[in-house]
Amino acid sequence: MSEPTTAAPESRPSRRIKLADGTGPVLAVLAVLLIALAFVGPAYSEPSGYLALLKRAAPLMILAIGQYFVIVSGGFDLSVGSLVTAEVVIAARLLDGDEAATLWVIPLLLCTGALVGLVNGLITTRLLVPSFIVTLGMLLVLDGAVFLWTGGSPRGALSEAFRVVGREGFEVPLLGQLPWSVLVLAALVVAAVVFMRRGTGRMLVAIGDNETSVRLGGGRVERLRTLAFVLSGVSAAIAAILLGGFAGVSAQVGDGLEFRVITAVVLGGVVLGGGRGSVVAAMAGALTLEALFSLLNLLGVAGGLESAVQGVIIIAAVAYAAAGRFSFRTRRST
Amino acid sequence: MAAGSTVAPPRAGKRFATVLQPTAMVYLALVLLLVAGSVLVGIQGGVLLDQGGILNILTRSTALGLVAIGQTMVILTGKLDLSVAYLIGLCSLIGAETMAGDPNMILPAVLLTLACAAAIGLVNGLVITKLKVNAFIATLGMALIIRGYLESVYTGPAGDVPRAFQHLGYDRIGPVPVSALLMLALAAAAWWYLTRTKGGYHVYAVGGDEEVARFSGIRTDRTIIKVHVLCAVAAGLAGLFLASRLGSGAPWVGVDAGYDLESIAAVVLGGTLLAGGRGGVAGTIGGVLILATLDTIFDDLGVTPFFKDVVRGAVLIIAVALYARRRGLHR
Repeated sequence: MSEPTTAAPESRPSRRIKLADGTGPVLAVLAVLLIALAFVGPAYSEPSGYLALLKRAAPLMILAIGQYFVIVSGGFDLSVGSLVTAEVVIAARLLDGDEAATLWVIPLLLCTGALVGLVNGLITTRLLVPSFIVTLGMLLVLDGAVFLWTGGSPRGALSEAFRVVGREGFEVPLLGQLPWSVLVLAALVVAAVVFMRRGTGRMLVAIGDNETSVRLGGGRVERLRTLAFVLSGVSAAIAAILLGGFAGVSAQVGDGLEFRVITAVVLGGVVLGGGRGSVVAAMAGALTLEALFSLLNLLGVAGGLESAVQGVIIIAAVAYAAAGRFSFRTRRST
Repeated sequence: MAAGSTVAPPRAGKRFATVLQPTAMVYLALVLLLVAGSVLVGIQGGVLLDQGGILNILTRSTALGLVAIGQTMVILTGKLDLSVAYLIGLCSLIGAETMAGDPNMILPAVLLTLACAAAIGLVNGLVITKLKVNAFIATLGMALIIRGYLESVYTGPAGDVPRAFQHLGYDRIGPVPVSALLMLALAAAAWWYLTRTKGGYHVYAVGGDEEVARFSGIRTDRTIIKVHVLCAVAAGLAGLFLASRLGSGAPWVGVDAGYDLESIAAVVLGGTLLAGGRGGVAGTIGGVLILATLDTIFDDLGVTPFFKDVVRGAVLIIAVALYARRRGLHR
């Protein structure tokens, strides 16, 4: 999965860092964790164990793609956690167990995600409110609005067809069952990598690095930053569809996801404030986090320590990245 | 739109700015809110600002106000502190467990709690300045570490606060709680520190531009560490106050109320720039009072709690959009 970054086109050797800052370490840590899993858990002696891990990690990895776009262009998106909850609750309410409704509910969810992202993006870029505040406000609004609509607790039920993507898989020779969510993830990874290698993606990184120079160079800064928020909203919608299928309806499904996904992206060496990091590394960060949780689980570490370990790791990862760079920039985004 | 207001005649812009400083705007909004709230509650046959109402608003403001005072200083330097919510829970536990119902232990418990809080603030500050970790990540990491500790050690409320200490949370002079007065006194001290002392000027200088401040000979690292320690101590005070209200320490008391994001919201609502360098404690207290008044009005009107969140989110975004417009955009 890491091949796309390492195999940079030879024609333009130093235009862009081939292996973005922090990509190397996170891949090394990921490899160590995956090997450790094989020693500790008997389930990981065959591919199906790793596929199950990927299936669990898929929603977080997809969220990491969306969050990467926002962070690399110099923003924050704190609204994804509550957006995931909102989407799952909306889906349950609209579907109410009706199989036939699945066909129009899924596109509707994707549109809702895009709309929330659009609002975030427009307020950030047009009204010049820092994205931290915009998405914090959006978090509050979504949290309140959804439960206002459903009267306090999630109602309705998801249809079987809706849950297939998050829960089921299909048989493949050699590998065993290949979950649909892994397939969705793979498609999105390819799409994200292709997107980041083309002009729009590069421009997004450039905006995070130096907004003024992109603007002076004729780049449409506002439009691109809005696009990043829209993509983040859509990624939250897709993650919600997978999570809803995987875990069912609950009002807590998205709790704390916003900080977890930011942790994942930062773990992947993406610098808060923008301009540094690769999308593959961001996803590797998400997978590393999930692999770490699985490992801690297998080792029988108590639930409480899980978050403490997460805390230590995130600080250590950023400190390590900062130590490696001569001038670490702690610019605050707008 | 952006270009339009930057090239606007400076005189008109300046006049407008002097007429309505952000702090003045906050208090104007607070007065308008109180009037509108009184009318709305009045229509339903209640009174917003009777003794109970004032007491309610001030009590709600106390804990958030304490945290927000500390958060203001951190935000003024251009940083953030996301660890305060868990720290409040931790401090309420340390305080309540050390007291263990013994009135003689009040002073040692308070000192120990504040020392622990200061130590955590010190670690935050050191990680940010010496390890050069972004403040968002450093304090988020600290929040997760404290959370891990709380999760693995505590299952519920613990410790016992002696009656003498509970007076701090419940005593009042007329409709004004003593604790709210203490909070306001702390706010006044913070205001004095920020606007009248060298250390306070350094805080603004660091927030305005850290590089420039460093080249001007300010020890930026010390300033940043100092504000994080002060912020943690303020959170510790909030924890002690909540312990005295609850009668025991509760691990999740800070998190359930969302004091981390809520305090940032109050600070920003009070007109302090999230990027640092501008704003102050006076505006923050206004922001805290607005949030508390909104809550009280909604309670009096019997609105569902979910609607509160929606309004809060909208108010936050609109307020900051107004500040951004007024500032002539992009610093």
